[in-house]
Amino acid sequence: MSLLEIRNLHVTVAGQEILKGISLNVNAGEVHSIMGPNGSGKSTLAQVLSRRETYRVTAGEILFEDKDLLAMKPEEAACEGVFMAFQYPVEIPGISNTYFLRSALNAIRKYRGEDEMDAMDFLPMFREKLKLLEMDEKLMSRSLNEGFSGGEKKRNEILQMAVLEPKLAILDETDSGLDIDALRIVAKGVNAMRSPERAMLVVTHYQRLLNYIVPNFVHVLVDGRIVRSGGPELALELEQKGYGWIETAARQTAPVSA
Amino acid sequence: MSTNVNTIRNLANREYEWGFITEIEDERVPKGLNEEIVRIISAKKHEPEFMLEWRLKAFQHWASLEKAQAEPKWANVKFGPIDYQNIVYYSAPKQKPGLTSLDELDPEILRTYEKLGIPLAEQKMLAGVAVDAVFDSVSVATTFKEKLAELGVVFCSFSEAVQKHPELVQKYLGSVVPHTDNFFAALNAAVFTDGSFVYVPKGVRCPLELSTYFRINAAETGQFERTLIVADEGAYVSYLEGCTAPIRDENQLHAAVVELVALDNAQIKYSTVQNWYPGDREGRGGIYNFVTKRGKCLGVNSKISWTQVETGSAITWKYPSCILQGDNSVGEFYSVALTNNYQQADTGTKMIHLGKNTSSTIVSKGISAGHGQNTYRGMVKILKGASGARNYTQCDSLLIGDQCGAHTFPYIEVRNSTARMEHEASTSKIGEDQLFYLQQRGLKTEDAVSMIVNGFCKQVFRELPMEFAVEAQKLLGVSLEGSVG
Repeated sequence: MSLLEIRNLHVTVAGQEILKGISLNVNAGEVHSIMGPNGSGKSTLAQVLSRRETYRVTAGEILFEDKDLLAMKPEEAACEGVFMAFQYPVEIPGISNTYFLRSALNAIRKYRGEDEMDAMDFLPMFREKLKLLEMDEKLMSRSLNEGFSGGEKKRNEILQMAVLEPKLAILDETDSGLDIDALRIVAKGVNAMRSPERAMLVVTHYQRLLNYIVPNFVHVLVDGRIVRSGGPELALELEQKGYGWIETAARQTAPVSA
Repeated sequence: MSTNVNTIRNLANREYEWGFITEIEDERVPKGLNEEIVRIISAKKHEPEFMLEWRLKAFQHWASLEKAQAEPKWANVKFGPIDYQNIVYYSAPKQKPGLTSLDELDPEILRTYEKLGIPLAEQKMLAGVAVDAVFDSVSVATTFKEKLAELGVVFCSFSEAVQKHPELVQKYLGSVVPHTDNFFAALNAAVFTDGSFVYVPKGVRCPLELSTYFRINAAETGQFERTLIVADEGAYVSYLEGCTAPIRDENQLHAAVVELVALDNAQIKYSTVQNWYPGDREGRGGIYNFVTKRGKCLGVNSKISWTQVETGSAITWKYPSCILQGDNSVGEFYSVALTNNYQQADTGTKMIHLGKNTSSTIVSKGISAGHGQNTYRGMVKILKGASGARNYTQCDSLLIGDQCGAHTFPYIEVRNSTARMEHEASTSKIGEDQLFYLQQRGLKTEDAVSMIVNGFCKQVFRELPMEFAVEAQKLLGVSLEGSVG
């Protein structure tokens, strides 16, 4: 059984079909990268997997540990172990990072029938993770993402992932807006999270991130379809040639009926 | 978002938990208001002559206002005509005269307060809080009286103060809110039946939070209580009031007056958690909360701070204000007002700067959900002699759903060119992106909403005494049930 099985997924947004039959299997322990040009449907796939309800699934199914992911609310998917690092993390004024993260962790623990974690147990664990992401503890008493720089927000996403320890981590363009130092720190955090029990879906435009987070598989998404899959070398090829050649090739082979 | 909308609706439809009715015998005067009723009320309370005279003057003023139909109409709230002759102006639980201990109190009343989470038996009390319990028109119990008396702090029902400290009452009653102030203040002055009285003597820092818990029980009655707090030179007191009422289909009138007086270097912190019955989902029933609250910073370096969390009532009309008379005096107003379903609130403050180097801070957070209408109305007035005055105003509105409304009417009047004024305002909606972000981390919709709202109100909550801040957060969660869209 795969951790995640996507079968023939069709998704429309505001009446327009964005995903046109995606099928993908992800096993625990694997890192898959989804690459593709702007508007190819990468972020839509990430959002559907994290159960954002503005997207309408018109056909296909998604199984997460053999459970129907599409029947889950966002918080259920989260509690089952699906985590998305947002491309644009949201600011919530008046709620401290620490308080938020402990509430989230305890919501998930409660869902799984585990005891809630008190502040005494939470803090040492939390400090470890902060160190990993080279983040200042002072930042954590500030309001969630409020006044954070772009890089701090992205690091904060990975920090949350490290605390919540999901089974499937979806990184939606985590590299966008990061300078090279921040990118290295983020990648270090992500790599530290790689484990045989955990899968990752790394959605990105650029190959750059994949120098630091080396995927097992690369899939190229063009116009709502996976047009090519391969190993990490596919990413390098894309970097050299751009998306143009693959788009042309995709158009030639696309089924007329779609 | 369809699931979110549903969850939020379910939340909003939660029942008002405090809506039960206590079956007790009460003693009441006939419906309606005339000079005779005012005399009866005064006689029932064995009041000295000056009180009766004061009430009668107020009644005459009110009667002339009523004749002229001079009910204030400028507020941004809508309600049908109130028949003032169809209200019972005095209702009291029947009890033995001269109650000396809690044991003599009707056990039904004790149980009522227990159910509300306000046990009156002192051994069960929250540590560090003394409570005065006002049931319908009268005060039924005050705790920790002796302990406070050792320090010279007077904390008792207004009726008792009239008997035992008439000189203080006569000196300060109506000195901040005169009976001519407005329609409801005149009405209150004529018929008020009880309330709390606090006097903190020179240099005493009151070691307990003083708290009054108001409960309306009887039908067809109005509640007209009056609170007077005087902090003498260098004194400090923190006072908190809470209120609930049973669920009834008709609207009930609550017209209270609160007066605060701070002498030189004195500080008064006044907090309110207002949770009167708000009416049902269709807007039937609920309390009309028409209240006049004002503090006078009479002395130099004095400070009065109002904090209010207004979640109840069908209509809220109140403007806790500060008259900054003493030089260097400070006025503060921190407010959270939430309107859900068909609730309406028109609330805010007046900061009147008279003295030199006076400063005021206003932080208002309005939350509108359902069909709720929420209005901030404020006035900052810097008078000619108030050189070096400062004001900071922040006024934020949060909208939940697309059927509600938020309105702001800030008035600023400056007659001294040395004044420094700052005004910030914002209006925002709970965003789908904020909700989704929190849900994606595992939080349920209702918890996500309540987290966002609590974050929005944080600046105000941190002004509340600790235990009450927790209460207020919970209350906000309950009051919001069924609101985001």
